Amino acid sequence: MKRVTRDEIAARVAQDIPEGAVVNLGIGLPTRVANYLPTDKDIFLQSENGVLGMGPAPAPGEEDYDLINAGKQPVTLLKGGSYFHHADSFAMMRGGHLDICVLGAFQVSRFGDLANWSTGEPGAIPAVGGAMDLAAGARDVFVMMDLQTKEGVSKLVEQCTYPLTGLKCVSRIYTDVAVFQIEPGGVVRVVDDMSGAGQEELRRMTGIDLVF
Amino acid sequence: MISKIVPDLAAATAGIQDGSIVLIGGFGGAGQPHELIDALIEHKARELTIVSNNAGSGHTGIAALLEAGLVRKVICSFPRQADSHVFDGLYRAGKLELELVPQGTLAERIRAGGAGIGGFFTRTAVGTQLAEGKEIRHLDGEDYVFELPIKADVAVIKALKADRWGNLVYNKTARNFCPVMATAAKMTIAQVDEIVELGDLDPEAIVTPGLFVKRVVRIPTKAKA
Repeated sequence: MKRVTRDEIAARVAQDIPEGAVVNLGIGLPTRVANYLPTDKDIFLQSENGVLGMGPAPAPGEEDYDLINAGKQPVTLLKGGSYFHHADSFAMMRGGHLDICVLGAFQVSRFGDLANWSTGEPGAIPAVGGAMDLAAGARDVFVMMDLQTKEGVSKLVEQCTYPLTGLKCVSRIYTDVAVFQIEPGGVVRVVDDMSGAGQEELRRMTGIDLVF
Repeated sequence: MISKIVPDLAAATAGIQDGSIVLIGGFGGAGQPHELIDALIEHKARELTIVSNNAGSGHTGIAALLEAGLVRKVICSFPRQADSHVFDGLYRAGKLELELVPQGTLAERIRAGGAGIGGFFTRTAVGTQLAEGKEIRHLDGEDYVFELPIKADVAVIKALKADRWGNLVYNKTARNFCPVMATAAKMTIAQVDEIVELGDLDPEAIVTPGLFVKRVVRIPTKAKA
């Protein structure tokens, strides 16, 4: 088995984004997906702070801090792009107008439950941002994460133990080992064994009766 | 002749009472009315409840307002930042109440407050800690959680240009919460980079019609990181 790199995961997610899709990339790892989107297709990147048609990072010295993404990094606007206020931005999500969001996660259950906003540790400062709105609103929720924690514990689980972000919302999980599809009734299908781990090893690593 | 333009920040914040609910525009630094927040600190109204996406970073803006001891409660979606030391310290010491709200629900609660909507049902947060204790209704095959509107005494926001009637246009993603907040307060105060003559703003491009705005103060600024 050869684990794939984070950039390879990002490139794999990008492969599954069709032309015309409206896509929100979450803060952190999912932002890298933008680097691998095909430049010959029109794909609309939305950021919840009020921009559709987001372009790449500006050249050094060209930063405009009134034009930022949800991670508060300076970005650019493509031709045809638009600005809107926060209530309209989240209406895009809840109203079913956002095709795909890509989020990080602490855990995903085999039913597609997502835990990504809080580890529930006492004394931690809670912060949720737009994660719950995206989880509930986007038509497809893709998760990008390592399959296991540093301690080797699977993050694809029977049932989440961390506080939930949303119920039955995740459709695909892109990991450093394989790509998993969540299907109705808690069925988890391996759609791409990118690391070549094999059926037995993937079942052992996740403790889940995966379908191939 | 109606003119909502006030001469300075002291005039902009005059009359704000102790215990007010204050909406503060901005997402990070973009759209945050830094100078109006500084004026709130000068004005010294206490026991404020502030509603904003973030809870400040470093020792400026909202963080400075918290540090001045003027805030009782924060309603926001994302208080934790790399340098949100002021919020973190006050929260951990039990000196600040926090109501954590998902970002879209926060925007919609403010929108509802401004639009005279008595509450709404949303799928956001169903099945999570942030829906605990709230009414759940099964509608059209799915569970929804009931959320109440947010109505405020004061909104402080930032825009790019205004005219003397208070019509506003914004700059790029510095728009964010400002237009919805403008609708939901008894007194909306806008700081703007530039004041133009009536008729100079394209009516098709005005984002906030002047009726939502009570005071305008000109503070030429540049967006900061």
